[in-house]
Amino acid sequence: MKTALTNIYPYSIRKEYMQTNSHTALRMALLLIAALLVTLVAGCAKQDSGQKVGGTADAAAKVYVAPGSYDDFYAFMSGGFSGQVSVYGLPSGRLLRVIPVFSQDPEKAYGYCEESKGLLMTSHGFIPWDDAHHPKLSQTNGSADGRWLFINGNNTPRVARIDLKSFETEETIEIPNSSGNHASPFITQGTEYVVAATRFSLPIPNRDVAIDSYKENFKGTISYIKVDSATGHMNIAFQILVPGFNYDLSHAGKGPSHGWSFFTSYNSEQANTVLEVNASKNDKDMMAAVNWKKAEEYVAAGKAKTWKTQYYHNYLDEGRWARSEVMNEVKVLDPKDCPGMIYYLPTPKSPHGSDVDPSGEYIVAGGKLAALIPVHSFSKMIKAIENKEFEGDIEGIPVLKYESVLAGEVQNPGLGPLHTEFDGKGFAYTSMFLSSEIVKWKLGTWEVVDRMPTYYSIGHLLIPGGDTRTPFGKYVIALNKITKDRYLPTGPELTQSAQLIDISGDKMQMLLDFPTIGEPHYAQACPASLLTGNSIKYFNIADNKNPYAIKSEAEAGVKREGNTVHVYMSTIRTHFAPDNIEGIKAGDKVYFHVTNLEQDWDVPHGFSIIGLNNSELLVMPGDTRTILWEPKAPGVYPFYCTDFCSALHQEMSGYVRVSN
Amino acid sequence: MKLVSANTATGGGSTSTRWLSKESDTSMTRSSRILVIVAALLLSLTYYFPLWKIDLIAPQYPEGLGLRIWINAIGGQNEGDLQRINRLNHYIGMKTIEPDSIKELKIMPWIMRGLMLFGVVAGLMGRRRILLAWIIIFLLMSVAGLVDYYLWGYDYGHNLDLENASIKVPGMTYQPPIIGSKNLLNFKAISLPDGGGYAAIASILLAMAVYIREFYYAKTRLIR
Repeated sequence: MKTALTNIYPYSIRKEYMQTNSHTALRMALLLIAALLVTLVAGCAKQDSGQKVGGTADAAAKVYVAPGSYDDFYAFMSGGFSGQVSVYGLPSGRLLRVIPVFSQDPEKAYGYCEESKGLLMTSHGFIPWDDAHHPKLSQTNGSADGRWLFINGNNTPRVARIDLKSFETEETIEIPNSSGNHASPFITQGTEYVVAATRFSLPIPNRDVAIDSYKENFKGTISYIKVDSATGHMNIAFQILVPGFNYDLSHAGKGPSHGWSFFTSYNSEQANTVLEVNASKNDKDMMAAVNWKKAEEYVAAGKAKTWKTQYYHNYLDEGRWARSEVMNEVKVLDPKDCPGMIYYLPTPKSPHGSDVDPSGEYIVAGGKLAALIPVHSFSKMIKAIENKEFEGDIEGIPVLKYESVLAGEVQNPGLGPLHTEFDGKGFAYTSMFLSSEIVKWKLGTWEVVDRMPTYYSIGHLLIPGGDTRTPFGKYVIALNKITKDRYLPTGPELTQSAQLIDISGDKMQMLLDFPTIGEPHYAQACPASLLTGNSIKYFNIADNKNPYAIKSEAEAGVKREGNTVHVYMSTIRTHFAPDNIEGIKAGDKVYFHVTNLEQDWDVPHGFSIIGLNNSELLVMPGDTRTILWEPKAPGVYPFYCTDFCSALHQEMSGYVRVSN
Repeated sequence: MKLVSANTATGGGSTSTRWLSKESDTSMTRSSRILVIVAALLLSLTYYFPLWKIDLIAPQYPEGLGLRIWINAIGGQNEGDLQRINRLNHYIGMKTIEPDSIKELKIMPWIMRGLMLFGVVAGLMGRRRILLAWIIIFLLMSVAGLVDYYLWGYDYGHNLDLENASIKVPGMTYQPPIIGSKNLLNFKAISLPDGGGYAAIASILLAMAVYIREFYYAKTRLIR
């Protein structure tokens, strides 16, 4: 049993148990006893897991997608510390594509070719990596509309927009006056805004102060990024300056609660060291309810102050070339000047997830250290605001009474509630990190009706459309942090994992495990039919506005400008033009502008040359990509097509002669 | 009843000579005239649908690949197919198909207009022998078109630039059939009439049916 306990209980909490004062120790002891009980239950459950999986043939039939057939859903999973987004088919769990977003990807020349480098620019310079957490599909009237996917970069605060016709990152925007961009990019029901918020509060504007002056100097911001409904282009409409708590997750209201966003926060203690202990002292932390329509009115009324700052806005122009704009100011609203814009809802205990049910009435908080799941009521909140049922105020933000806004509490749900999704049939599904399970409970009665163990330590979970007004309550996917013995071992670094569970019946049924890229945080899924009809097969060469594009082989050639050489190169099955290049000198900067003249589905051509201190190019039909090569010594340098393109692919090669 | 009378009629030698005489080329019935005009107007569909199609079937082309031969153009099953087929054909040394240099595509719309006009006139005049003339010209034009199509296919399929062809299969030629299917390396080529072609076939069949109907009808009328 001791082994089991060690396995299920993370080191950090065991350490905490040993180090903290007696009051905390008592609570931790109680938690441990609870964990022990759950371990017993989970232990039994694991022995039963064969039965829970159901007939293997039955489960297999439910996830079998015959060769050549399509999956029913697209799932977009955050790549976590890979910085990317992975696209899976459901129910098969087949990996369809990895979309590079915040990290360079040499396979696709993303962040290497001249056209894409600008997307990774920030006020800190070029950054080849970030930590991508929460993909969000664009919405119309509270349902996924299949236009764009947004995702946050947590480390250097950014939000990216991916176009779902090309499945490519088209835009990134840096968030000033922030860090740890975790509660992002949760979207409003008409894609009016995507949001960003500060998890690691800072001196704002950032400056050289003592770290232990946290309570005095550190603040957070909640940012509203306006999304242009035609182009998808983002710009930061305003930021709200908030007390220096750790703003963690969010969801926007929908239906009756449209116009509001709800942000959980922890560390209301405002600790700046050993947060695992010092930020876990208060029984309740604060969920911020932001009335963003009111905030818009305050901005329109001139209540916002314009602050000098610097951040980057990067987007593909009409030539699909990433342009970087440096922005120098941002509008900031202070709650003190804006009554009625933001309220705090006390919420037990270091709450993580902030999830709004399909009706828009219930706001579920995942109190990750709480022994219950609190559910707030939007209508009660509005009433409490009208009746001024406040228990106090924090830096000008009224704090509502817990009892006045509470709809109900799910008692004894398990341990470590994190995130909740909804099936549209009146049930909610909450992930339990510590007890490693999904708990199904009923909205309104708050009773637990089913449990499914997950392997192991579930973080987020996903129901297709499960955070929208129109869930497709067919599957829930557990996105697990730890796999240990679930797959063939691959040394110390193991895959992360998703588990597909059937929720079409009364009882959950485990169907499938499949590995994921990086650490999966949040994910989104939508019916395949929403996207399949719009997916681009190739770029029309006539519409190619890349400044270095050529429209036919006749335009191919080499132009020298001082020490810079531009090679205008075309590819078509199965040759490069030009394919013998002379007149290059050692020390030249040689730009290969490769235009793929193909106008055929799935015929990309690749390009690389010996000794290229850079990635390959992979050029889609009708597109142009540019890579820089700086030859250092005279000689003859072969280049070739890196993507098997035709029967004569091996012949698709050429030479560059470099002279002194 | 009519059939019986008709058979009786063929028995009399005098009937046929009278039919050949000028006064026997009587006006057709009103319904026949309308049908002839309908047959002529059916040809207008050849402006909206291709005459012929050649589909190239291969596993790598789930989206389909093929040529569509229009009255005045050569297009593809999908946009860009002509370019794709030309790219494929360069491997076997086939000439590039350039619709601009095919003079038939400039002539055919005029021939079709002429046929339609002739058909409408035949219907309006309602003279059986003019209808017969239309049918004969129509058939001659169709045969000429198919022969031209065959020769065109023969030229592209046989006159290959073997000097610059990457893929050379001894004895292999690449002429697509006029109707039917044939394996051309990794492709199965299927050649069939398309919407416009079927419209033309329907048109001539209708015209012939009207002619036959009038032929027998006139005979029975003579006997009466």
